[in-house]
Amino acid sequence: MRMRPRLLTALLCPWLIGAALANPFETTLDNGLRIIVKEDRRAPTAVHMVWYRIGSMDEVDGASGVAHVLEHMMFKGTPTVGPGEFNQRVAAAGGRDNAFTSRDYTAYFQQIPKEKLGEMMHLEADRMRHLTVDAKEFAQEIKVVMEERRMRTDDNPEAKLFEQMNAVALQTHPYRRPIIGWMNDLENMSAADAKAWYDTWYVPNNAYVVISGDVDHQEVFALAKTHYGPLAARPLPPRKQQVEPRQEGPRRITVKAPAELPTLIMAYKAPVLRDIEKDSDPYALQMLAAILDGHDAARFNKKLVREEKVALAAGIEYDNTARGPGMLYLHGTPAAGKTVADLEAALRGEIERVRRDGVSAAELKRAKAQLLASEVYKLDSMFGQAMEIGQIESAGLPYRQLGRMLEKLQAVSAADVQAVAGKYFADDALTVGVLDPQPLDGKPRRPAIPTRH
Amino acid sequence: MKRAMIRLFFSVLALLAALPATAGVVIEHWHTAAGARVQFVASRGLPMLDVQVDFAAGSMFDPAGKSGLAALTRALLDLGAASRDETAIAEELADVGAHLGGGADTDRASVSLRTLSAPEKRAVGLDILRAALAQPRFEASILEREKERTSAALKEAMTRPHSIAGKAFWAALYPEHPYGRQATPESIAALGRDDLTAFHARYYTAANASITLIGDLSRAEAEQIAEQISARLPPGAPQPLPPPPAVGSGGVTAIAHPATQAHILIGLPAIERGHPDFFPLLVGNYTLGGGGFVSRLMKEVRDKRGFAYSVYSYFSPLKQTGPFQIGLQTKRSQAREAIALSREVLARFLAEGPSEEELAAAKANLTGSFPLRLDSNRKILDNVAVIGFYGLPLDYLDRYQERVAAVTAAEVKAAFARHVQPAALRTVTVAAD
Repeated sequence: MRMRPRLLTALLCPWLIGAALANPFETTLDNGLRIIVKEDRRAPTAVHMVWYRIGSMDEVDGASGVAHVLEHMMFKGTPTVGPGEFNQRVAAAGGRDNAFTSRDYTAYFQQIPKEKLGEMMHLEADRMRHLTVDAKEFAQEIKVVMEERRMRTDDNPEAKLFEQMNAVALQTHPYRRPIIGWMNDLENMSAADAKAWYDTWYVPNNAYVVISGDVDHQEVFALAKTHYGPLAARPLPPRKQQVEPRQEGPRRITVKAPAELPTLIMAYKAPVLRDIEKDSDPYALQMLAAILDGHDAARFNKKLVREEKVALAAGIEYDNTARGPGMLYLHGTPAAGKTVADLEAALRGEIERVRRDGVSAAELKRAKAQLLASEVYKLDSMFGQAMEIGQIESAGLPYRQLGRMLEKLQAVSAADVQAVAGKYFADDALTVGVLDPQPLDGKPRRPAIPTRH
Repeated sequence: MKRAMIRLFFSVLALLAALPATAGVVIEHWHTAAGARVQFVASRGLPMLDVQVDFAAGSMFDPAGKSGLAALTRALLDLGAASRDETAIAEELADVGAHLGGGADTDRASVSLRTLSAPEKRAVGLDILRAALAQPRFEASILEREKERTSAALKEAMTRPHSIAGKAFWAALYPEHPYGRQATPESIAALGRDDLTAFHARYYTAANASITLIGDLSRAEAEQIAEQISARLPPGAPQPLPPPPAVGSGGVTAIAHPATQAHILIGLPAIERGHPDFFPLLVGNYTLGGGGFVSRLMKEVRDKRGFAYSVYSYFSPLKQTGPFQIGLQTKRSQAREAIALSREVLARFLAEGPSEEELAAAKANLTGSFPLRLDSNRKILDNVAVIGFYGLPLDYLDRYQERVAAVTAAEVKAAFARHVQPAALRTVTVAAD
């Protein structure tokens, strides 16, 4: 039986710590492709991810959705790998694969038995520069993407509300467009549009590879050099920075859709991390979010759902890393007998309570304890570890600073939390979105049954 | 917290994560003195612990007219137990970075705890877990609140095409069996505190419990934890199952809805857990609609015609005969065409079975990807909890690959013929033109 080294061993053997801290390991190929390897020997598997620094925010009006459509086309073959063969070869290797497109990036991954890594690199390297964008394949695949849009957005009232609210909250920044694209843009898209996108952005110097798993980093570097090394770099077109003009007054939008319950989203413009050392508010906002909605007795659930029963559910969403502008969302569904206005007032009330009275030491300590525990749980997932590296890099922040970010979070004070509650929740930076539920049969709803409230 | 301490914390994590794991999953199994089954997997790589307790207390045990009782009973377990109210439970768990999870499905009600394994940390979560299982308060005011929330969620679900289709599918497949009964706002409204306490007393017993542990524990520690959990439970007795479901006569259920896409489900009751045909059906279904992007359904429905983003088939073996199901969503105007095509793909597969090439590809993936099913504590927990709850052989995981490899095309064809009779297939559509 193998013994786990004790804390003491780590304390007494600083050289061991040094070696362990080198993990993840990194190299850059001559063509500019970065290879990042997180060794994790707990199981004989590996995750191979290729991240392209290209997402829906790089699209232009009239061509929304092309980043995602190209992601679909990436499975449609090269001169040496037939349509659908990519999936077949991953499956034959005992692997699972998929891809995802976000506003900031497009990423492709395979989860595989570790010995298949070289074969996966061969396949990914091949489609990095040699994709065939066949018009006939495109004509089928664009229909699939439209079905995906119908499923995810058109028939999903909350998604539709979010999509429309986003288009109002932002007026010029490309984040205002949906990742999957407007239906009309999909209808107008051609294979040539997808090909142009690919030719412009799919080059090794616009990508990085993240590998986690039971691998040796030196062997992975050698494999990467073999497979990705021969691909030529090419200069990228300049990207014009687009700055959303300052919002100067609240905005409101209502979306009608078949549903039973109304939904409320309040979107506030919020900062994201650009400088891990100098920035402080994004850390404080993250701790605020944890105090309001980090566990079942956090403020929103305790006060709004359980005690006052003004909401069936209430939450906060805030991601403090992104390439583009940040946004913080308060959201919820009013309880029976309560209106969205009641819920909006209650959510505002909770923010005001923090601004006025601050947060307790116990609440802050609890949020920090949860954060530290989650750092351990995170290590249970090979996929999650690779995702974390990929995502932070996509926002233009170095993964080497993940530990420093955690330190900065642990250093947030109650006064910091109180300060951001006073700073970022002004009405002038607010967009309110309301889902107005409609009966399925198109007929007016029966009058609501009186409630005991 | 101090920066140096966090640095140290990270260093220790990095060291721990770099340790090699032993191959395979070694399941230790025993019964507690009170009679609960226990499965334990030592996993010393990370300083964490997962404990899951499964009871045969799912919705199949809902009494007639009281649909939703199993789910509501489970939901209230950790909303106040013994000396703690719901706020104390949530705060104390959060203070040590622990989570309680779980839920109720047709067969099982589960409570799972994820915690750091350091003794002073895990003690908090385990104490709360024991109390939640054995001494839930079922406070009247919380029951009323959760009934209202459940009822609202059910009403909302009845506007969503995906949920409407799923409920109608189970109702049509199991007209006479509890698997076909659904909670409604009315059935929820009729539930009282006495119903919950009676359900809890009857089903949350040691005889009805399966405890699964994985994490940084010794066998002796695992034994002690399992003893302490089950000692608080009444001994109880295994509860009888309802008569097994019958396969119905097939047909079509069409439900109107204004959605842009039709939701389509096709299927019938097929097999139970532990059935000897499981492996031929698993291997065969990989080719039909289980193999993600490489299945026949995916190729025909999505790749060749662009009818759907998602199309799949699977067997869902349960305590009693669980369903076989094909599912897809497509533009409402082409629903008929997509259904005809899916049924044609199925009919051809039933007639021919997999080709030798397809069979080989299915086996290569199912055996080759086996390590991916077990590469985290979470995944091992899920697998071992199923083995424990359903009483599958302890060598189930060890023999998984050889049993997949042994399947022949003739066995696939014969197993499908036994369990998937085209005339008995029920088709449910929501929002199809």
